Amino acid sequence: MTTTSITLHETPRVRRLLSLADDALILGHRTSEWAGHAPLLEEELALANIALDLIGQARALYAEAGNESGHTEDQLAYLRDPQQFRNALIMELPNGDFAFTIARLLLVSAASDLVWQTTLDEPDRALAAIAAKAGKETAYHLRHAAEWLIRLGDGTDESHQRAQSAIDRLWPYTGELFATSAERDAWNAVVEPIVTRATLQRPADGWMQSGGRSGRHTEHLGHLLAEMQVLPRTYPGAIW
Amino acid sequence: MMPLWEVFIRSRNGLAHKHVGSVHAADATMALQAARDVYTRRGEGLSIWVVPSVAITASDPADRDTLFEPTGSKIYRHPTFYQVPDDVGHM
Repeated sequence: MTTTSITLHETPRVRRLLSLADDALILGHRTSEWAGHAPLLEEELALANIALDLIGQARALYAEAGNESGHTEDQLAYLRDPQQFRNALIMELPNGDFAFTIARLLLVSAASDLVWQTTLDEPDRALAAIAAKAGKETAYHLRHAAEWLIRLGDGTDESHQRAQSAIDRLWPYTGELFATSAERDAWNAVVEPIVTRATLQRPADGWMQSGGRSGRHTEHLGHLLAEMQVLPRTYPGAIW
Repeated sequence: MMPLWEVFIRSRNGLAHKHVGSVHAADATMALQAARDVYTRRGEGLSIWVVPSVAITASDPADRDTLFEPTGSKIYRHPTFYQVPDDVGHM
């Protein structure tokens, strides 16, 4: 094994697998940052479970991408530079407060849930099999985040204000989650009733951030990867 | 502090729900989610009940002798005089 970054020949299928895998890994890593910091023990475990689900999804997708590109899961996770990551920008944003974490989990899970549902019927049977497992996990993430957002939005003045501020800041990052307007419409149909029940204002669809899918990331991804990759890059081939 | 809920989990069809512990949660829905996240991480459950801890009326430990001691000497209440065939499972 080498510490230098790998170069990757991205076929359309590899690129698609990496988009899904990088979304899951980066959000999984962010979610895992709550370990030891969650507002209560029960939520600590809930967030750890979600992080582990996401990292598990990433592993299955990396394994599949690796079959085609000739790399291992670890190489794909640990030996790529920020420009080679295909995740949407929303995944790499720092956790912020609990409301921001929950609001992001809701917006992302609602999109992922739809992706897994449509992927179930794919002719790509390997991907469909991953979708079958991931879909059940993501459906729970969506439910968990929705229940929390409803309570934060419809809770105290402070929790309402924090939840609204989170939704407002996250909204411009949601455009990158969809390839078509039909996908966005389907997502809106899931998200809007939850936002309404949470007594929050749905932000207007204005200018949308993009760039993650083509490797143009925020400054936050480099810091995240530095922390995530330092061990395998410093001690090549290290094992437990 | 949020209200306390007692958690009961049924691990298999045909078995009774068993008390496994408690969680803090603002309401019943969140208590159910918390119970799922805290107590079924290793495939322990098929069904969860959550009950507000305040809804449970408990016996007083000081009454232990009065309540339970008298049964100690009544061995004829135990069905230990029957042969149970080996292939009878749970009884």
